[in-house]
Amino acid sequence: MSAPSARAGYVAVLRRDLLLAWRRRGEAAFPVLYALIVATLFPFALGPEGALLSRIAAGVALVTVLLAMLLSLDGLFRPDYEDGSLEQLLLAPQPLGLLLAAKIFAHWLTTALPLLLASPLLAAMLHLPAAVLPVLLAALALATPLMSLLGALVVALTVGTRRSGMLLALMLLPLMVPVVIFAAGAVAAAQQGLPFIAPLAWLGAAFVLALVLAPAACAAALRIALDA
Amino acid sequence: MNPRPPPAAATLLEVRELAFARRDEPVFGPLDFDLAGGEIGLIEGDNGSGKTTLLRVLAGLLRASSGTAHVDGLAPGDPAAAGTALLLGHQLGLKADLSVRENLAIAAGLYGQREGCGIADTIAEVGLDGYTDVPVRQLSAGQKKRAALARLRLLPARLWLLDEPFANLDRAGIALVNRLLDAHVAGGGAALVTTHGAVSFRDRATRRIALS
Repeated sequence: MSAPSARAGYVAVLRRDLLLAWRRRGEAAFPVLYALIVATLFPFALGPEGALLSRIAAGVALVTVLLAMLLSLDGLFRPDYEDGSLEQLLLAPQPLGLLLAAKIFAHWLTTALPLLLASPLLAAMLHLPAAVLPVLLAALALATPLMSLLGALVVALTVGTRRSGMLLALMLLPLMVPVVIFAAGAVAAAQQGLPFIAPLAWLGAAFVLALVLAPAACAAALRIALDA
Repeated sequence: MNPRPPPAAATLLEVRELAFARRDEPVFGPLDFDLAGGEIGLIEGDNGSGKTTLLRVLAGLLRASSGTAHVDGLAPGDPAAAGTALLLGHQLGLKADLSVRENLAIAAGLYGQREGCGIADTIAEVGLDGYTDVPVRQLSAGQKKRAALARLRLLPARLWLLDEPFANLDRAGIALVNRLLDAHVAGGGAALVTTHGAVSFRDRATRRIALS
């Protein structure tokens, strides 16, 4: 009999990671709680003045969401690396990039999607004008998968190293600078009543590029990491 | 795995002058040996002699420094060869939060299933009936090993690369490994095994590969 198709492998990995997340569903709330707490600190630090907060609201929400994702990224490959199931994925008959794409998608669904759903609350806490909220959500909807894809690449590179959490931040956050600039730029433009489609289009283009390239690069990085 | 039926005595594994060095420090080799379908190879060597490394090279996880290895005519790591060889290492590759059945279903979803092998039958065969829906986290070390052995039995791989398959197993477990190996080679498969214990196994090995 022949091996299951690439599609079947993708579905098997996606189902596996979603099932694992479901078994530990309490942990799905951690990034959301983290983002809410960090966002709460800003009014305490800067004062509760509405005008100031509404000016920085979009930037704070964006950075907070990305940092919350950063904390969860280490769990993308490390558990699989430690229990040996990453080797089983590497040796599987399906293209590794595709299987990793399933893992990255599952990770986005279980960490970024709850953050995306919580971000209106985040925005309201920081006095973001309601009219700008859809633009913030659109920017986050494009920025979070970029964070997942680029993050997965960096995690793959550092999976063999000990205490890689700080290293992950040092390598990944500089890569995220353009993403933050375009995402925050879109919201700032909308807030001033200027056209905001161009920065969102740049984010979309970057997302598509990362979607195509990152899983394959991730696969190569993991093979190198496990070859060490 | 393979569209054509495997001839029983065809060479499944061909190793020529295979050597591996880590940072210019030789780990093993150069090695020369063949393993045909129906054969069990025993890798002998002291701790640190590179037994695990050899298995990882043959699985395609590590790249050899020199020499060649061919699994069913293809280099390890060649996408077309994927699934022909199956590695059972010290890390068993089981997800602790998933049940035995779920772990096997995932493996079968990636690698496919051996013909005439069902998940429930395989679980019973390795003596884990009654633990089908128990999370692997709650199993003992020996039971986890049995769950990993069930994966070997279930998947259609023809070459088994077993790193210390007898570790953590009781007498019945050792008999189980021997039984699985016998069934595997009787079906035209081959196995390469490292072990320290299980004297009862040594007579089964038709070929010995010594690492110094």
